[in-house]
Amino acid sequence: MSDLQTQGQPPAGNPATAAAPASTSSRTSRIPLPESTLLRHLLAVLVCAVAAVVLLEITDPFRNSQLATLSYYAIAAGGLTVLTGLNGQISLGHGALMAVGAYTTGLFLSADEPLPLPLIFLAAVVVTSLVGALVGAAASRLHGPYLAGATLALAVGLPGLALKFKETLGGDQGLRVRAPRAPDWFGEAIKAVSGNPASATKWLAYVGAIALLITYFLLANLVRSRIGRTWRAVRDNDVAAELAGIRLGSWRVLAFVVSAACAGLGGAVLAIVVRLAAPSAFTLVLSLALLTAIVLGGLGSLLGALIGSALLVFLPQLTTDLGSAAGLDGTEAAQLAPFVYGVVLVVAMIFAPAGFVGTIRLRWLARRAKRAIARESGR
Amino acid sequence: MTDVSVAFGGVTALSEVSLVVEPGQVHGLIGPNGAGKTTLFNVACGIVRADSGSITWRDRQLRRLRPDQLARLGIARTLQGVGLFAGLTVLENVMIGAHRHARAGFASALFALPRSDKDERELRTRATAALADLGAEHYADRYPGSLPYPVQKRVALARALVSSPDLLLLDEPASGLAEDEMRELGELIRTLSGRMSVLLVEHHMDLVMSVCDRVTVLDSGRLIASGTTEEVQADPAVTAAYLGEDVDVAHDAAELHSGDHSERAHRA
Ligand SMILES: Nc1ncnc2c1ncn2[C@@H]1O[C@H](COP(=O)(O)OP(=O)(O)O)[C@@H](O)[C@H]1O
Ligand SMILES: [Mg+2]
Repeated sequence: MSDLQTQGQPPAGNPATAAAPASTSSRTSRIPLPESTLLRHLLAVLVCAVAAVVLLEITDPFRNSQLATLSYYAIAAGGLTVLTGLNGQISLGHGALMAVGAYTTGLFLSADEPLPLPLIFLAAVVVTSLVGALVGAAASRLHGPYLAGATLALAVGLPGLALKFKETLGGDQGLRVRAPRAPDWFGEAIKAVSGNPASATKWLAYVGAIALLITYFLLANLVRSRIGRTWRAVRDNDVAAELAGIRLGSWRVLAFVVSAACAGLGGAVLAIVVRLAAPSAFTLVLSLALLTAIVLGGLGSLLGALIGSALLVFLPQLTTDLGSAAGLDGTEAAQLAPFVYGVVLVVAMIFAPAGFVGTIRLRWLARRAKRAIARESGR
Repeated sequence: MTDVSVAFGGVTALSEVSLVVEPGQVHGLIGPNGAGKTTLFNVACGIVRADSGSITWRDRQLRRLRPDQLARLGIARTLQGVGLFAGLTVLENVMIGAHRHARAGFASALFALPRSDKDERELRTRATAALADLGAEHYADRYPGSLPYPVQKRVALARALVSSPDLLLLDEPASGLAEDEMRELGELIRTLSGRMSVLLVEHHMDLVMSVCDRVTVLDSGRLIASGTTEEVQADPAVTAAYLGEDVDVAHDAAELHSGDHSERAHRA
């Protein structure tokens, strides 16, 4: 999936990259990749799809459900890394945008004859995009702490709507979501592939994986195109971007809408996986968790957003297990998780400030630079 | 540009300045520090809105347009610093400059349609050509922060030129350049003048006098002289303004006058 990562991080501040070579020949990889972006990205999707099937079939139902959780975190984090990493806008309100997607999905599924799931997801995406457009229009005029403050207000305020409209949105208790049942062909397909029984959990995990793949495919397309480049230009120097003919407001709003669409889809997947859309699930903590994920993974990188989300999902479990193994009782072990989070975040800030993917990229650039210098002095 | 005035709070940066840039000409804009040159540029490219007066380009009223709208009309500008995008490669920086020639929209990018690839290829070709024009094509894959200042300035110029503007605004393009680089820059500006109009702010008098067709002199936001290079240099008001600030500059200008004249006649 390295193909999906962005070129977002400036290698500034690393002296070794100062001599990064200019020759295009150093870019040719050993494996010949298709010229067409579409083919290249479809190829990557295919590889990832196979990996996802293998992963979901060799793991037990509990891991399956964890992977479903990973999928909705990663979908939302992917959108957020585009907004924050590529366009330079911070949002503390993405948890609330996920809520919009989740409630939309819950409401549509509560109908007597619910629409097909893809259509419901699409509706969740559209509704959240519209909310995102409104927020983005306001946000495009704000910077730094003001933007953080405005989106914070969204994070705190929007779940309050659920309390206001108790009848339809279920108030504090939230909205029970009727998770759609797996179609018959799914069971047969799974049996044919691995011989495993097709549980409801497995179906939801597959739905999550498919949504994730589609989201990252589309985001990678954008990131690789003129759109992604324009977002990065606006992030780096808005005056110069404007002088190049870029209408700042529209491009900022566009980034917000794309990012909100992902949050909406993430929320939709969350709704069916958790089978509940409740205000308590979409607090500021969720927004902060998403930001933590993209910073840990490496801002602006889709692969980084995925890795960061994986840390978010698996780290608490891992520390709880380790805690129990070390002789702590259940509650004590569970309390380890936030602590370990903190430590991981601090360690990452010190040793890998560019995030996981960003740091590896810097290493790679540095090595390339060294080789170039060696080549030049060899002449 | 007619009777343009700009005030920041109580400070009058420009006061009823009028200026005409003829098609295909290089127009110099000089004056001591704080004279209002950068402000005039900011008005011309939409960063600062004029309090009064009118700005027209090809019969279009520009005073109320935003910078991005002006850029799409073919007005390009370099910044007094370099203003490159730090997180974009040199090639990508220049491709951003070609923004107004991009055709593929959001949908074709989202679905990675062949249309988007084709558009990218065209932008890349344009950008590579613009870099080659300035002898900076070897740096295409580098990040601006890793390049020497003069190279960065060339990249910034390539970014402005790649849009094939009708009017190019250059704010102190020669600052930080060595003698020979400055001479190359002068020659480049002369070759540009056939294709576009250039408005040039520059402190190096020899450069201004050698490349400009006409020169306008500002002092404390007021226009004090305007005309051909010869006329302006002979103007006592100009010498007086410069005497107040920097004798050397006026001296330089006068000294270089005759030499430049013959050089330009030669070129023509
Ligand atoms: N954004 C601004 N805010 C307040 N004052 C400004 C601003 N820009 C320029 N000025 C003032 O306007 C005057 C002209 O400045 P400027 O146009 O930068 O001159 P020049 O480029 O000729 O050195 C100066 O007195 C400067 O202090
Ligand atoms: Mg200035």
